[in-house]
Amino acid sequence: MPSWGMVIDLNKCTGCGACVSACRSENNVPNVGPEQSQFGRSIFWMDIMEIVEGEYPDVRVQYIPRPCFHCDRPPCTKVCPVRATYLNEEGLVAQIYHRCIGCRYCMVACPYTVKSFNWYEPERLEDFLQFRNPDVSLRMKGVVEKCSFCSHRLQKAREQSEFESRDMEEAEYQPACVEACPTSAIVFGDFENEKHTVSRLRKSYRAFRMHEDLGTEPKVVYLSRED
Amino acid sequence: MTLSELRKDPDYALFKPVVEKGRKAFILGGFLFAVFLWTMYMYGTQLSSGLGVTGLNRPISWGFYIVNFVFFIGISHAGTLISAILRLSKAEWRRPITRMAEVITAIVLAIGGLHPIIDLGRPDRLLSIFYYGRLQSPLLWDVTAITCYFAASTVYLYLPMIPDIAIMRDMGVRPQWLYRFLSWGWTGTERQKHCLDRAITILMVMVIPIAVSVHTVISFIFSMTLQPGWHSTIFGPYFVVGAIYSGIAAILIVMIVFRKVFHLEGYLKPIHFQYLGTLLLVMCALWFYFTFAEYLTGTYGGEPHEMKIILYKFAGGYWPVFWSMILCNFVIPVIILSNKKLKTISGIFIASFAVIIGMWLERLNIVVPSLANPLLRVPYQVYIPSLVEWALFLAGVVAFVLAFLVFSKFFPVISVWEIKEGRKEGIEVVKERLASYQPDITTQPGKS
Ligand code: SF4
Repeated sequence: MPSWGMVIDLNKCTGCGACVSACRSENNVPNVGPEQSQFGRSIFWMDIMEIVEGEYPDVRVQYIPRPCFHCDRPPCTKVCPVRATYLNEEGLVAQIYHRCIGCRYCMVACPYTVKSFNWYEPERLEDFLQFRNPDVSLRMKGVVEKCSFCSHRLQKAREQSEFESRDMEEAEYQPACVEACPTSAIVFGDFENEKHTVSRLRKSYRAFRMHEDLGTEPKVVYLSRED
Repeated sequence: MTLSELRKDPDYALFKPVVEKGRKAFILGGFLFAVFLWTMYMYGTQLSSGLGVTGLNRPISWGFYIVNFVFFIGISHAGTLISAILRLSKAEWRRPITRMAEVITAIVLAIGGLHPIIDLGRPDRLLSIFYYGRLQSPLLWDVTAITCYFAASTVYLYLPMIPDIAIMRDMGVRPQWLYRFLSWGWTGTERQKHCLDRAITILMVMVIPIAVSVHTVISFIFSMTLQPGWHSTIFGPYFVVGAIYSGIAAILIVMIVFRKVFHLEGYLKPIHFQYLGTLLLVMCALWFYFTFAEYLTGTYGGEPHEMKIILYKFAGGYWPVFWSMILCNFVIPVIILSNKKLKTISGIFIASFAVIIGMWLERLNIVVPSLANPLLRVPYQVYIPSLVEWALFLAGVVAFVLAFLVFSKFFPVISVWEIKEGRKEGIEVVKERLASYQPDITTQPGKS
């Protein structure tokens, strides 16, 4: 079984937000408007945490892109009463929107606060149907959603390579945020596959994962910033 | 027996609210029902536009509904548990209390059990719980435990009511069909009495572990997650103690109100309040012990995230909630209940009221601060409950009062046959029992 994972180099991240917008349009992530977003209702699959350290004049800002970590031992799937979120055969943590009852237990159980809830029926622009991504299902009010590592792209790549009876290439399956990153701070691939860059990068001396002490085994590895 | 005969019965006071349905009750009931309809309208707005009408957000994705759920289910521990313990320990003074306690359980459990449904984003998919239910999820443990407790406690409420219902059937109280149906052909033969006795005994033994499991499992919803402030092993017993604590306070309030409204001074005597008041004080001490242990271990270890939440409660955004909880749950009850002069019926009423408020604050204090301080530094949010959430809180309270009002107009709130039995046999039985406690007299010390 492959172990799809992401390595994010904090040295290279400039906090530009390209990954966030690429993700939004790729995954039909609904916008909630400024009022609701101030209220903490915004929906992000990929989000950038902004951490300000120190005090003026000795300030340092750090940007940390934060998708779902697709934990190998996800606390969120354990608590779901209806198996609307589960660890699938590809090792990705998936959501079934049409089954979700909206109890928000998984949001509460995720230690990394990466899940979002549709508090209202998502508002869509009039010509939305023209530019939405048809590969990603639309969500309705009252369900939880989160980053899927663009699993629809994996599905396509798998089918293509199986059809041609060959192995999948690294470049064939890359999430939208990785493609959009102008500094290549985000790298994606199979941790288990020697040929993929991530398998080398994640062994870097700078590598760390968020709250490893919790035993959730996240599949997003950060490379710490040096300066 | 006819109605006029019944009027001469020494226990007529107990039947009076049922036989003479006054205008006042109708007016009060109508008013409560109107309020309830309004709250349901507010719920309708939530149904049609989504959970956005609440004050919830990310990261505080649980609020009033879950707080009230834990709170109401906590109160429901009053009844069945207390009445089972009192019956089991053969406390003679239980007789006028048990029925009220059991009614509280049945009503509040129904109200509390509906709260998670209000909280759902997709209540229309509720049945998924049965199609796709995962028993690994603590929410499913909850569904199981609560339905089990509801079934057990309604039967436990109903069985001891049968002889009373039969009395009302015989004296022709209307609606006759109701009493005829519910009395189940009770005529009071020896055999029937024996069966009833057996059934009650079995149920009361069964109901105690079920009641304990219910609140333990509710605490598991929180403590099974990895969130600091929740991930604590003492949560199970801590919740159970809190539940019994708020439950006793609820019984006391209900008893005092009914005593006043239905003039039951002859049945609910100061001694009952003294005993229950002492029990309340004991639970108060236990609750404080658990709270102290919980916060001391957190503070002493000083784990940064745990500390962040504790400081948020002690001195941060939640300090008013935390300290009023301590005031209501510990300071006020201790002052009133440990002081002979203050431990009057009105004093106990104030203490119980304080405990009810305090326990609600405690639930709020457990649910929200942990969510407001997530592990990663995501944007800070505050939780301000909206009108809809307040309305549905009101709905719970109103439904409780309304249901109790309806119950008291159809059935006696004090178990008549148990009172009569107590009057007839109680003293004899207790005398015999006391005699059996006495050490045997041996004529020659040292030899038996
Ligand atoms: S990061 Fe959160 S949502 Fe993603 S798998 Fe882990 S626990 Fe689940």
